[in-house]
Amino acid sequence: MVFAVLVAFPALLGLVALYTRNVRVALTLLLVGASLHLLATGWLWTIPAGLELSWMFKLDVLGLLFLTLTSILFLAASLYSIPYLMHGTHGEQAAPHRFVPCLLWFLSCMSLVATTQHLALMWAAVEGTTLASAPLVYFYRRKSALEAAWKYLLLCSVGIALALLGTFFLGIAATASSQTHAGLSLSSLMSVAPTMAKPWLKAAFVLALVGYGTKMGLAPMHTWLPDTHSQAPSPVSALLSGALLNCAFLAILRFYQICIASGDAAFARTLLITMGIISIAVACAFMVRQRDYKRLFAYSSIENMGIMALGVGLGGMAVYGAMFHAVSHSVCKAGLFFVAGNVLREFGTTRVSDVRGLIQRLPVSGVLLTILMLAIGGAPPFGLFWSEFIIFQTAIGSHPWLGVVFVTLLAIAFLGMGGVLLPMLQGSSASPVQNRKESTLSVVTPLAMACGVLALGVYLPPVLSDLLHRAAGLLGG
Amino acid sequence: MKDYADLLLLLVAVSNLYIVATSRLNSCVRASAIQGAALALLPLVLWTSGFNVQLFHLAVICAGTLAIKAIVIPILVSRAIREANVRREVDPSVSLHSSVLLAGLLMGISFWMSTVLVLPRPAPTMLLVPVAFATLLTGFLVLISRRQAITHVIGYLLIENGVFIFGQTLAREVPFAVELGILLDLLVGIFVMGIAINHISREFDHIDTELLSTLKD
Repeated sequence: MVFAVLVAFPALLGLVALYTRNVRVALTLLLVGASLHLLATGWLWTIPAGLELSWMFKLDVLGLLFLTLTSILFLAASLYSIPYLMHGTHGEQAAPHRFVPCLLWFLSCMSLVATTQHLALMWAAVEGTTLASAPLVYFYRRKSALEAAWKYLLLCSVGIALALLGTFFLGIAATASSQTHAGLSLSSLMSVAPTMAKPWLKAAFVLALVGYGTKMGLAPMHTWLPDTHSQAPSPVSALLSGALLNCAFLAILRFYQICIASGDAAFARTLLITMGIISIAVACAFMVRQRDYKRLFAYSSIENMGIMALGVGLGGMAVYGAMFHAVSHSVCKAGLFFVAGNVLREFGTTRVSDVRGLIQRLPVSGVLLTILMLAIGGAPPFGLFWSEFIIFQTAIGSHPWLGVVFVTLLAIAFLGMGGVLLPMLQGSSASPVQNRKESTLSVVTPLAMACGVLALGVYLPPVLSDLLHRAAGLLGG
Repeated sequence: MKDYADLLLLLVAVSNLYIVATSRLNSCVRASAIQGAALALLPLVLWTSGFNVQLFHLAVICAGTLAIKAIVIPILVSRAIREANVRREVDPSVSLHSSVLLAGLLMGISFWMSTVLVLPRPAPTMLLVPVAFATLLTGFLVLISRRQAITHVIGYLLIENGVFIFGQTLAREVPFAVELGILLDLLVGIFVMGIAINHISREFDHIDTELLSTLKD
C-alpha cells in the first residue's frame, strides 16, 4: 500500500496530468502527489525495522534516508513551481503542459530507486529518471536547452548501459559461489559475496562506478551536468542536484555494500577516494572565475558529490560524515537553485556580469543567497561545515596529505564561489529598479531550505542522527 | 541447438561489421533490425534445451524483444531519418575503411578479453562472451567516430544489444517484470531520442552534433 503511494500513485497522477490542459488542475495533481508522498515517507519513519514487500520493494535505512530527501525536495520544488507555471516564465517560449506529468514520473522513478533492492529493477528505475527528466530540461524551447537535453539523454543513457553491464557482471560473479541461483537482489548477492569470482566483482564495481558515476556527476564523466543544470528551469535544477544525484549515488552504494560483504572492499575504497578527489579538483578549477551563476552551482554539485564519494571511500566516521553531507547538501543546493530562479526571473540572464545590485532589487533573495553561499561553502555553523569537518578529521587521521589536499580544495571552492557571487550582490544595476514585489512562494521555499541547513548545523535531532549512524553502519562506517 | 545459437551470434557479429562498413544510414538501420531479430531468437535457442524455464516467460520476452528491437525501434529511427530530412549518408570522422579495420581489431580484442575474464560457469556457447564484448565495443566505435545524431542512437542501440547478450549468460535469473522494464526503458529512450532529433533538425537545420557544442565554459 505505502509503496503504491510512493511509486505507482505519482506515475498515475502523471498520466492524468498529461491529459489536462488546465494548469491549475495539473498543479493541484502535482501538490497532491507530492504531499501524499511526503506523508507516506513520514509514516515509513515510524517503522524502525524497515519494510519488505515481495522481491520488488524492500526498504532499509539507506533507502529511507534518500527517499526522505527526495520527498522533501520534491514538495519544495512543487511549491516553487507554482509561481513559475502560473505567471509564466520570463517571456520565453516554454512547454508547460509537459512539465507536471514529467515531474511526477520523475518522482515515481526516484522513489523506486530508493525503495527497491533488486539491482536490475533499480537500474531500470535510474534509466527511467533520465527519460522522465530529459523533457524537463528542454522546458524552454531554445537551442541551448535542446543541446543540453540531448547531451544529458545520450551521455547518461550510454553511461547507465554500462551500469547494467556491471549489474549482469555481479550476477555472473555470483554464479561462481553456489549451485542455487542467487538472483540479483541485494540480500542474496551479499550472502554469496564472500565466494564470488573476484575479477568479475571488481569489474562490476568499476562499471557501476563509471556508469552510475556518469549520472552522479563524478569527474571526468561530469560533462553533461553543468549544461543540463544551467539550462533546466530552476525547480528542475534543484531536483536534479538535490535528489537525482543522490539517487545515482545510492545505486553506487548498493554495489559498494556487496564489495564490503565480499570482504575485499579495499579496491572499491581506493576507487571512490580517487574519483572523489578528482571530482572536487575539477569542480574547483571551473568554479573560480565562472561566468554563469547556474553553472557555478552545478559545478558546486560536482564538488559535493566528490566529497560524498571521498567520505564513503575513507571509511570510519567519514561515512557518517558523507551521509550527513548528502542531507545538508541536498537542502542547501535546492535553496540555492530556487534563489537562482528568482534572480533569473528578475534579471533575465544567467551571466554573472549582467547581474548587479541584487541586494537592492531583490532584498530577500539577496540575503538568502548570501546565507546559502556561506552554507554551501562550509562556513560554521551550517550543516555542511560539520559534515566536511568530520570527513576532514578522518582524512587527516588516515592519510594526512589527503586531508591537506581536501581542505585546500574546499578553501579554493569557497573563495571561488564568493568571488563570483559577491559582485552580484553589491553595486547598482544599470537598468532602473522596478521594485517588483517578490512572490511569497518563490521566497518561502528557499527560506525554508536556508533554515533547514542552519538547523542541521545547530541541532541535529537524535532521530536523524540515529538514522545517519545506522545508514553509515551499512556502509562499513 | 548450440549450432543455431552460434549461427545467430555470427549474424550479430556480421551485422556489427556491416553497420560500421556501410555508408548509407538506412542500411545501418536495417542491419540493426536484423541484429535485433537475431537477439530476440537467441534466448529461445539457448534456453529451451537443458534448462527448465517457464516457456511462457521465455515466449513473451522473445516476442517483446522481437517487436521492440526488430520492428518498432527501426521504424522509429527510420521515421526520424525521413522527418529530419538529413543527409542519407553516415558522416564518419574516421574513414569507412579504417572504421572496418578498427571494428576487426575490436573483435580480436573481444576474443582476447573473453580468455582473460573467464566465466565462473561455462557459457552455453563459446561465442557468447566475445560477441557480446564486440557488439559493445563496436557501439562505442560508432558513437565516437560518427557525427550525426542518428548514428549516435544506433551506437547506443549496439551498446544495449551487447549488454543484452551478456544478460544471456545469467541463466534467466532476471525476473520477468524487470526484463520487460529494461525493454520498455530502451523503447521509451529511443522514442525520446527520436523526438529530440526531430527538434534538433528543426532548430539547427541538420543534426550534425558537432554544432551542438555552444555550451561550454
